[in-house]
Amino acid sequence: MSITTAQEEPELIQLLTPDGELREHPDYPLDLTAAEKRGLYRDMVLVRRFDSEAVSLQRHGELGLWASLLGQEAAQVGSGRALGADDMAFPSYREHGVAWCRGVAPKSLLALFRGVTNGGWSPDEHGFHLYTIVIGAQTLHATGYAMGVQRDGAVGDGGSAVISYFGDGATSQGDTNEAFNFAAVNNAPVVFFCQNNQWAISESNDRQTRVPLYRRASGFGFPGLRVDGNDVFASLAVTRAALQHAREGQGPTLIEAFTYRMGAHTTTDDPTRYRIAAELEEWKLKDPISRLRAHLAGTGEGDEEFFAAVDAEAERLGEQVRQECRSLPDPQPLDIFHEVYAEPHAHIDRQRAEFADYLASFEGAGAEGGR
Amino acid sequence: MAEKTTIGKAINEGLRRAMEADPKVLIMGEDVGKLGGVFRVTDGLYKDFGADRVIDTPLAESGIVGTAIGLALRGYRPVCEIQFDGFFFPAANQTFTQLAKMHQRSGGRIRMPVVLRIPYGGGIGAVEHHSESPEAYFAHTAGLRVITVANPQDAFWMIQQAVSCDDPVVFFEPKRRYHERTEADLSGTLDSATGMDAARVARSGTDVTLLAYGPMVKTALQAAEADTEHSIEVVDLRSLSPVDYGTVFASVRRTGRAVIAHEAPVSAGLGAEIAARITESCFYHLEAPVIRVGGFDTPYPPSRLEEHYLPDLDRVLDGVDRAFDF
Ligand SMILES: Cc1ncc(C[n+]2csc(CCOP(=O)(O)OP(=O)(O)O)c2C)c(N)n1
Ligand SMILES: [Mg+2]
Repeated sequence: MSITTAQEEPELIQLLTPDGELREHPDYPLDLTAAEKRGLYRDMVLVRRFDSEAVSLQRHGELGLWASLLGQEAAQVGSGRALGADDMAFPSYREHGVAWCRGVAPKSLLALFRGVTNGGWSPDEHGFHLYTIVIGAQTLHATGYAMGVQRDGAVGDGGSAVISYFGDGATSQGDTNEAFNFAAVNNAPVVFFCQNNQWAISESNDRQTRVPLYRRASGFGFPGLRVDGNDVFASLAVTRAALQHAREGQGPTLIEAFTYRMGAHTTTDDPTRYRIAAELEEWKLKDPISRLRAHLAGTGEGDEEFFAAVDAEAERLGEQVRQECRSLPDPQPLDIFHEVYAEPHAHIDRQRAEFADYLASFEGAGAEGGR
Repeated sequence: MAEKTTIGKAINEGLRRAMEADPKVLIMGEDVGKLGGVFRVTDGLYKDFGADRVIDTPLAESGIVGTAIGLALRGYRPVCEIQFDGFFFPAANQTFTQLAKMHQRSGGRIRMPVVLRIPYGGGIGAVEHHSESPEAYFAHTAGLRVITVANPQDAFWMIQQAVSCDDPVVFFEPKRRYHERTEADLSGTLDSATGMDAARVARSGTDVTLLAYGPMVKTALQAAEADTEHSIEVVDLRSLSPVDYGTVFASVRRTGRAVIAHEAPVSAGLGAEIAARITESCFYHLEAPVIRVGGFDTPYPPSRLEEHYLPDLDRVLDGVDRAFDF
């Protein structure tokens, strides 16, 4: 009996090597203009800058928490830029790069991690659903949404597709596996985009799976692919193809973007407790941004002036993000009672009024409160 | 021998004792192994007891509780860590339809010595799902015992009692109090400890009984200290299912007044049940209606609002005042 384990190297779809060399792939011909390539570079640099600014804002007490996307820029920007205006994305909580591509303002993401709101943006306006913290839950939402797209007749020419983001850890959840099956049975136009960043907090891949994750799809009856998640070209090309496949009514695809969480799980995590530094050093050689920079410099599609301009823009973004974060208005106490129900609710209304009276009873009683 | 320690360390020490005493005791959950749990409550156990007894599970709460049931059927005593209160829910099916009912379904043949450890409650500035108080769901479910601790001493004994109990025990850990240092004696033997079903009078008083549990016990004690007009008796419930009504009623009959405080939403919360019981059993002793102080009947708010949501000293004292001028 032969058993396949996660350690075996399957084929990795790669268009851009870590050294910045282009690789032809028969299924995914690359047809990007120089301007588009520069755009992807700019996206990744700006998103990384935003992310590092958020980490430092957390260190300064301006955010309660931050989940860094460091190292996952190519997977997120590549797949995010593959989405069309009518497509819908369902993120987990680390998809700041996808949010960027969908036009969600950085300060909206900061508002969530600052504890100002549990949501923060309009999903419909951006084609980008709210962050979902409960692992795997959004995969079912994406599948149901895609079933709705199907029923609206929005599959086929000019149709739209749905994409769901989740991590390697999330593949263990019942919800995720149910989503795979619902999508398969219904032939729903949904792409499952798994960022395998090798870690689920302290647990490495081998605690979650015995087979390479992309192979899970075949058991459910749809294609699965493993793409170099640190290669923005490959992430873009493969996601584009999978979305098109879905739009045309050919059903779901699982994309495993093989990447690495270069930072801590979140700002409260200490990865030195469970992983060795050498691993990070190895992955640094596969950095998504430096390989695209090497490519652009090598082909002359990006010159020093361009790189300097992007760096300067990143600095300005950092400054802007800092200021926007600090000036986010605090929510007001009575907001606790807002939008609990869509329809009037007598009990909540009464409780809100009682609390308003309670708060008013402190007015004029001095800073210590009522006593 | 008393020393300063924390609830987190005391649970860790209690788990270690339980594992040493019985090779069938297992720890399982997300990140409980190498990392020692996100709150470090299982720190060092993986190193000392190995991967067979401290299991870093796949990320699936239904899987954790479901396989714990299977392990228990095979004679093991699993202690499952649910990483945060808000992440219990994928395991709700296994807990409510299987774990809680197996003993009766089997005509008493099967026992389910499974512990679910759940860090709960707010006040840590966290994002959504990390600050909830879901204890009422569990107390509402027959077949589950529900306990919670307010200090390292109880944490040390009660986790061991939970592990040695042949019923499923849901063990709620007050996460905002995990790292507070207080005196505790972590020596002695388990049979010298008060039973985990018993409530404890944490502070004697004569005018009003203030009932609290878990993270709110400290707030209740502070309220008792701060109130110069009334002599407040604080009762730490410790067990939420069953509730030790003997201790509760005796106190209320002495004081004639009762206030119950918890972080969970007031409506259909533990306080509602306890208020009803007090009214039924102590009606002629009561000088005032039983007052409840708790979280609002809303989702737990974003962290910038949690100080308004959580019942603080002022809200508890306001409740005490209401028990005097209703
Ligand atoms: C249902 C549920 N259980 C536990 C958690 C706590 N938790 C948050 S992130 C995480 C690990 C997720 O790993 P993965 O899916 O690989 O995503 P990554 O964080 O690596 O992006 C865990 C266990 C949660 N958010 N939801
Ligand atoms: Mg991961």
